[in-house]
Amino acid sequence: MDLFEYQGKHYFARFGIPVSPGGTADTVDEALAAAATAGYPVVVKAQVQVGGRGKAGGIKLAATPDEARAHAGAILGMDIKGHRVKRLWVEHATDIAKEYYVSFTLDRGARAHLAMVSARGGVDIEQVAAEEPEALARAHIDPSVGLTEHVARRLVEEAGLDVDARDGAIGIMLNLYRCYVEGDADLVEINPLVLATDGRVLALDAKVTLDDSAAFRHPEWEQFRDIDELDERERLAKSKGLQYVGLDGDVGIIANGAGLAMSTCDVVNQVGGRPANFLDIGGGASAEVMANALDVINSDHKVKAIFINIFGGITRGEEVANGIVTALGRVDIAAPMVIRLDGTNAEAGREILRSVESDQVLSRPTMLEAARTAVELARARSSEDRADAGSGAGGPGGDA
Amino acid sequence: MSIFVDEHTKVIVQGLTGGQGRFHGLRNRAYGTKVVAGVRAGKGGQNVEGIPVFDSVAEARAATGADASFVSVPPASAPAAILEAAQAGIGFIVCITEGIPAQDEARMFNILRREHSGTRLLGPNCPGIISPGKTNIGITAGEIALPGGPVGIVSRSGTLTYQALHELKQKGIGVTTCVGIGGDPVPGTTFIDCLAAFEADPETRVVMLIGEIGGSEEEAAADFIAREMATPVVAYIAGVTAPPGRKMGHAGAIVSGTSGTAQAKMDALTSAGVKVGQNPTEAGELAAQLVAALPY
Repeated sequence: MDLFEYQGKHYFARFGIPVSPGGTADTVDEALAAAATAGYPVVVKAQVQVGGRGKAGGIKLAATPDEARAHAGAILGMDIKGHRVKRLWVEHATDIAKEYYVSFTLDRGARAHLAMVSARGGVDIEQVAAEEPEALARAHIDPSVGLTEHVARRLVEEAGLDVDARDGAIGIMLNLYRCYVEGDADLVEINPLVLATDGRVLALDAKVTLDDSAAFRHPEWEQFRDIDELDERERLAKSKGLQYVGLDGDVGIIANGAGLAMSTCDVVNQVGGRPANFLDIGGGASAEVMANALDVINSDHKVKAIFINIFGGITRGEEVANGIVTALGRVDIAAPMVIRLDGTNAEAGREILRSVESDQVLSRPTMLEAARTAVELARARSSEDRADAGSGAGGPGGDA
Repeated sequence: MSIFVDEHTKVIVQGLTGGQGRFHGLRNRAYGTKVVAGVRAGKGGQNVEGIPVFDSVAEARAATGADASFVSVPPASAPAAILEAAQAGIGFIVCITEGIPAQDEARMFNILRREHSGTRLLGPNCPGIISPGKTNIGITAGEIALPGGPVGIVSRSGTLTYQALHELKQKGIGVTTCVGIGGDPVPGTTFIDCLAAFEADPETRVVMLIGEIGGSEEEAAADFIAREMATPVVAYIAGVTAPPGRKMGHAGAIVSGTSGTAQAKMDALTSAGVKVGQNPTEAGELAAQLVAALPY
């Protein structure tokens, strides 16, 4: 789960990482109230989970209430790379002397944590890494040992942080590491970490990605869940506990296992179609789970055909087949479905499906054949829709 | 030959008294795996369909001489269960548990690496390992694999592993060992560990590698193949259509920026001389061609 900047700053504050005082605002009036509390001058910042907010006009400095009013009004509702701004973070503006970068994340290759520090903050760090790799100091940290002050000091020295900023930066790094480990984050990043003209060191931005697997021991994360960020299909899938990612094609995908689900999307793409989604019903999926999955796919009006690709390991063929039969009885599935069933108890599953097979429910023996059939069906239905739309618009009695 | 395990491997199941542990433990035993004991604190002295249950791994090992463990316990207790097995001297641990917090997994793995360097962990969040006709530890449906060889399989994904076994079986091709390393952020066993073991195994004469988006393990594997391997390798990478920045089911499967893409991995493997299939079926066909071209 990715946190918004304001959520990240609240999370940071719990671990003693200094940030500038501020507050959130969903309206211009709230922005003015937050600004008055924080104290002018203030920075008005769009809360969206996408990079490049500043360049897009989503971050503005305001010296007076009039300016704050104008900026808040302009930024609220703004579209930044497809993300609509619904909330602002308004904080007291910091007089910046220097900008730095610090982060912790897991290095999968090394199977250890990776600390990165740079004196080139406030810019795209991937660009720094590519153009000036020596400007980025790195160290692997053994997760069973943790970050020592010694390593933190070596990193800030190696990165060339100004002498005045070093002690503050080291203190923040030790707390940020605690936030990363005890706070169960996959990534914590401060860009920029700044040295203010008054000598303080503080975090002016906060990027935090929490590890969903650790949610069971963090009841406080519930407040961070912003279901509004998801599209409608994803919201429905989430409420049903399904692993779903919305894509923009017209072939709905249901598969068991993340790898097979990804592969199913790929194969649809290879035979000339476009997947509408990634949906993994997981291992050991029951009839109920399959019915839920079909509900989610059915809610996507762009879906013109459904491809169900199941290879039973823990998942059993007859359970999947029963789920399809249940779903057919429960909801009116709009699109035709093509089913490929293999593995554990596949024959029993195919037998069950035979009773419901029709021109809307088809079985195919292999993944490739099933993908081709699903793509053909989607294409045929799309052109029918276009023909309907055409005749509707052009016909004498058309109400279009 | 098989790698890591064989028909003599004696297995204990940590969590044998739980739903999943019981189901898979008994299924493994029915396949022919030597499942010698179960472990569950507080249930020592009981048995599960004739398999004795002990309170600790140390007791189970002392009583049975087990050398491998199959860990099927909930995420919050899995890291401790793995370390308990290593502490008791178990040399090969398979953990199928999904959803272990990454911080716990990273800490556990580094303790294992430092203090129990003789123990190999497979997983977490993996389908396990099967050497068809010899032993099956994990959740793979044994009947979808043909014994014998000459193909060795290593995969990050569970269901794609089944798909690969299935593709080969359709063509009448056997498998020496099929290893599912799992899709978690900190895998105990890597592609390279398995590739090295297959390279050293005279009966594995073709290797099939199944990867997916995220991380750089496939690129590291490509580098290893180019430098160290004479055995031919075929590969398939899932996730060509995955959008950047989205987690595709597995915690590890995420494309960040331009790194971790399926295309970058396929390019790296192709440069290393690996034949890359565009889908599992094509990868199976490429493997079949290599098998048919073997000298005897």
